[in-house]
Amino acid sequence: MNFKGRDVISIKDFSREEILHILEIAEKMLPIAEGKEKSDLLHGYIMASLFFEPSTRTRLSFEAAMKRLGGNVIGFARPGTTSLQKGETMADTIRTAECYCDVIVMRHPQEGSARLAADFAKVPIINGGDGAGHHPTQCLLDLFTIKREKGKIEGNSVALIGDLKYGRTVHSLAYALALFGVDMKFVSPPELQMPKEVVEECREMGVDIKIENSLDNIEDIDVLYVTRIQKERFPDPEEYSRVAGSYRIDKKLLENAKKDVTVMHPLPRVDEISPEIDSMSNAAYFRQTFNGIPVRMALLALVLGVVE
Amino acid sequence: MKELKVQPIKDGTVIDHIPPGNALRVIHILGMEREIPDYVISIAMNVTGKRGKKDIVKIENRELDTKEVDKIALIAPNATINIIRNYEVVEKHRVKVPDEIVGIVKCSNPNCISNGREPVESRFIVKSREPLRIKCYYCEREPEDISSQII
Repeated sequence: MNFKGRDVISIKDFSREEILHILEIAEKMLPIAEGKEKSDLLHGYIMASLFFEPSTRTRLSFEAAMKRLGGNVIGFARPGTTSLQKGETMADTIRTAECYCDVIVMRHPQEGSARLAADFAKVPIINGGDGAGHHPTQCLLDLFTIKREKGKIEGNSVALIGDLKYGRTVHSLAYALALFGVDMKFVSPPELQMPKEVVEECREMGVDIKIENSLDNIEDIDVLYVTRIQKERFPDPEEYSRVAGSYRIDKKLLENAKKDVTVMHPLPRVDEISPEIDSMSNAAYFRQTFNGIPVRMALLALVLGVVE
Repeated sequence: MKELKVQPIKDGTVIDHIPPGNALRVIHILGMEREIPDYVISIAMNVTGKRGKKDIVKIENRELDTKEVDKIALIAPNATINIIRNYEVVEKHRVKVPDEIVGIVKCSNPNCISNGREPVESRFIVKSREPLRIKCYYCEREPEDISSQII
């Protein structure tokens, strides 16, 4: 298994074995991610963090991951401060940035941007989200979270809930869970259902998929993966409130679920998970956010060839 | 006596069995209207053939390379390419959809990076030939109506 120099554009670029290997390395990174151990594994390396679009968690956790491993970070958090403002293409920005660094982490509002960047850059490109396209590091940290919370990925029953049509994280996650033979329930309002091709792909991979419009049948679910239903998808604000309200996770709803059900959310959340859940052991979403650090540490160390 | 609407050519390439009304698009895909060719191109549209109406394109004194012509398979999947030398057909083959389609089809996703001002051509991976399904190399979207996306 060789990761040195590889780009991380889509979860589909990785086999099940490769994903497990990344998660194993992430596990080893935990004490460093928690600040309990110091590391200079990436001392002398520079990561360029190019965020053409705002981000809180992805950018901060990548930068924290690099710094926890003794590396340095350069970059920008909004394109307004760069030559893009003067009309420079993204391809030229990438070719410039790679002169100054060993690895590039980028987020861009257009689909396919990371793939294009990877074709121009000689250093590895890690995709931190390309429009409605891919967000592979989110997918990896979601898998890592399921593994840590449940002990293993396979054998669980997972419900993906909320906006399954436009949410890029759920498309990648559905594929990755299918790769591990995980049966899934897709729970969404009819207008925000999982795209047909994602459903077909998962079924072709041999997993059982159930499509539902309500949270009435969650008693057999091990992981509830909740996503935000965005206001702008609904022209009528009343319709939005009605729909969003019926997919809200609260204590009452969890009474119908398994006692040890895990509640995950890629965040930011608005109203879809009641704050009364936050203090319950079932609430894994902040642990999930933390898990972004060890997973991103593992990826950086692997693509830079410092660990194998 | 049978009257020929288009004269036979001595040397060159004849692209036959183009769906009626598509000859000009074939010329466009082959890029022949962009350069001023030093060879004669004749176009016959809506000709009655054995299998119904069709268009024909004849290019004199130029033998087109298979790969060059395969890209027209997107709009003319049953087209045949005939290489003519001294009025004789010396080679004949059907077009075949190539594995990759570069610079011919525009991505149907307005937010795809290939539709911006980046220095790249559109690029599609052929997922299946029958039925024809292609996927954008960049954003992975599959256009539903390929012919309407031809640049």
